[in-house]
Amino acid sequence: MEPARASGAPGRSTATLPVVSAPASELGPAIATRRVTKTFGHVTALSNLTVEMPTGVVGLVGANGAGKSTLIKILLGLLPPTSGEATILGMDAATEGLAIRRIVGYMPESDCLPPDVSATELVVHLARMSGLPATAARERAADTLRHVGLYEERYRPIGGYSTGMKQRVKLAQALVHDPRLVLLDEPTNGLDPAGRDEMLDLIRRVGTDFGISVLVTSHLLGELERIADHIVVIEGGVLERSTSTADATALSGVMLIEVTDRAADVVARLRAGGAVVEQPEGGNLFTLTQADEAVLDSVAAVAADLGVGLVRMQRRRHHLTEMFREGAA
Amino acid sequence: MSGPVVPAVPAVPAQPAQPADVIHDIGFRHYDDVRFGRGWVVRSLLVDTLRGVFGLGRPARSKVMPWILVGILLAPPLVIALVAVLTHADTLPISYTQYLSRLQLPIGLFVAGAAPYAVSRDLRFGVLPLYMSRPMLRTDYVWARFSGLAIAMFLITAGPQTLLFIGALLGKMPLGHNLTGWLGGLAASVFLAILLAAIGLTIAAFTPRRGLGVAAIITTLLVVSGVSFALSGIARMQGEDTWSAVAGAIDPYRLVDGVASWVLGVAPANPELAPNTGAEIAVFVMVYVVIVGVCALLLGRRYRKAGRL
Repeated sequence: MEPARASGAPGRSTATLPVVSAPASELGPAIATRRVTKTFGHVTALSNLTVEMPTGVVGLVGANGAGKSTLIKILLGLLPPTSGEATILGMDAATEGLAIRRIVGYMPESDCLPPDVSATELVVHLARMSGLPATAARERAADTLRHVGLYEERYRPIGGYSTGMKQRVKLAQALVHDPRLVLLDEPTNGLDPAGRDEMLDLIRRVGTDFGISVLVTSHLLGELERIADHIVVIEGGVLERSTSTADATALSGVMLIEVTDRAADVVARLRAGGAVVEQPEGGNLFTLTQADEAVLDSVAAVAADLGVGLVRMQRRRHHLTEMFREGAA
Repeated sequence: MSGPVVPAVPAVPAQPAQPADVIHDIGFRHYDDVRFGRGWVVRSLLVDTLRGVFGLGRPARSKVMPWILVGILLAPPLVIALVAVLTHADTLPISYTQYLSRLQLPIGLFVAGAAPYAVSRDLRFGVLPLYMSRPMLRTDYVWARFSGLAIAMFLITAGPQTLLFIGALLGKMPLGHNLTGWLGGLAASVFLAILLAAIGLTIAAFTPRRGLGVAAIITTLLVVSGVSFALSGIARMQGEDTWSAVAGAIDPYRLVDGVASWVLGVAPANPELAPNTGAEIAVFVMVYVVIVGVCALLLGRRYRKAGRL
C-alpha cells in the first residue's frame, strides 16, 4: 500500500498533524481489538473479539447480525464497548473518537442521502463537517466525485439518482477529507451484478491507487475474496477466522490429475508406488498430495505403461470459501 | 500538481504505470493542509442552518415562504416610520415589545417553516450517521442547528424593531426613550428567539415528516395562545386577576412579554393581562426556564437514540 501512497502523494509526509504524519504501517496493525464484548440488554453483538487487521484492504465477512456494524460503530468511537478495548490507527476508540473521526471515513450501510440537494452540495458540506476549509472542501468534493465516477450528474439533486450512483456518493463523502482509513459497511448492498463489480473495483482502487486503508464488510465471502488482502470472518459476534488472502489462496501442494481412462488402475499403481492419492469425485479425476518431482515422473510412467492419456496435471489453489467451510465444520 | 484544480477533461481511468517521480494530476490527490476542529465544524453547520432557513443556497421555491414572511414583518414598521415622519408624531403608535406580540402569526409561521428544515430532513432521510461519523459530538450538531435557528428568529424580530427605531429617529422623537425601548425590544427578541427555536426544534425533531412538523408547530403555537387568552378571559370574568396573569405563562409570546417586562422594565404588550406581583413574575421566569430545559432534555434524548447511527 505504502509505495502507491508515496508516488501519488507528493506532500503526504509533512507533519502538519502529528496524528497523520506517521504511516499506519509503522504503528502496527490498522485496527486491533482486544477482548471486545458488546451487549445490548440480553443480546450479545460481539463476544470477546480479539483480532488484528493490517493496512490495505481488509474484508470483514459475516451474516446479517454477526456484529459487523457494531464493530464499526465501536471503531468510530460512537459506541462504547461493554468490555475490552479497540484501537484504530493506533488510537483508542473509547477515548479518542474525535481524533479518529478526523482521519477515518465511514460509509453507512443504510440510505443516508437527502434527496433535495445535489451530490456536489452534499459532499462539499460534509467535507467542511470533517474540518476542511471552505475552498479545500469545494476542490476535494469535485475531485472525489470524479474519482468515484460521478461527472455531470453530480449537479443534479440526489433524489433522481440510481442505487449505483447513490452508493458512489456515499463512498465519495467517506473519502472527501482524504482519510487514512475508510470503513465501508456493505457497499455492494442493493447493486446489480454489474454495479457490484464496479463498486468492488472502485474499492480495490481506493486501497491500491489512493493508498487508503479499507475495512469493507459484506455477507458474501466470495466478493471480498477478490479484492481483500486480508479476510476476517465473524459469526454471532465471535471471531471465526482471520487470515491473509495470499496465504489462504496459495498453492496448496495438491496436484489435480485427470486421465482419459482406467483411473482405478492408475491410482492403484501409484498407491503401490507409495504416493498419497485421493479420488474424492470418482471418474477419471484424482488428486495427489505432496506431489514432488519423483511422484510426477511416476504418474507419467504409469500412464505410458498402461497406455492411457493424461488430460491434465494441475496445481490446485485453495479457495477461501472451502477453507472456511472446513474451519466451520 | 499545479494547474487547474478541476481538469477541464474528465478523468481517464487508471493510467499505465509511470516512474515514481512523475506526478500526473489524474490520480487521487492527498490532502495535507489544515484540518479544523469542532469549533469550525459547529460554526459551519450553524451558518449552513442560518442560510438555509432563509432559503440561501437552496432552490428558488425554498426562498418564497421565508422572504414573504420577512416582507410581512418589515412592512408595518416601514409604514409606521413613514407616517410618523410625515405627521411629526412624537411617539410611535406601537411600542417595540408590542410589535412582537402583534405580529406573532408571521413569526410563528416563520419558525414553523424553519425548524423542520433544520432537523427533519436529517432525521427522515437518515443523514445523521454522516454527521456523527465526523469530528463532532452529538450535542455539537444539536447546538449548531439550534443556534442557527435561534439567530434567524432573532434577526427576523430584531430587524423590524430596528426599522421602527430608525423611523423614530428620523421623526425626531425623543432619543433616550426610544433607545431604551428599542434595546428592551431587542432583549425581548432574544428571549423569544430562544424559546421559539427550542419549542420548534423539539416538535420538529419528533415529526420527521416536514409537512407534519410545520403543521404541528403552527398548531401548537396557535392552540397554546388561544387557550392562554381564553383562560385569562375566564379568570378575569371571575375576578381572579392572579390566575388571569399566570395563564399567560403558557403562551410563548405572553411568557416572553412578561419576563421581558420584569427583566427590562419595558411596558408589557397587554398591560391588563400582564404579571405584576413578584410571585406572578417568578412563575413566568420559572416556566420559561422549565420549557427551555425540557426542550433541551427532549432533544438530548431524541438525538441519543438517533445519533447511534
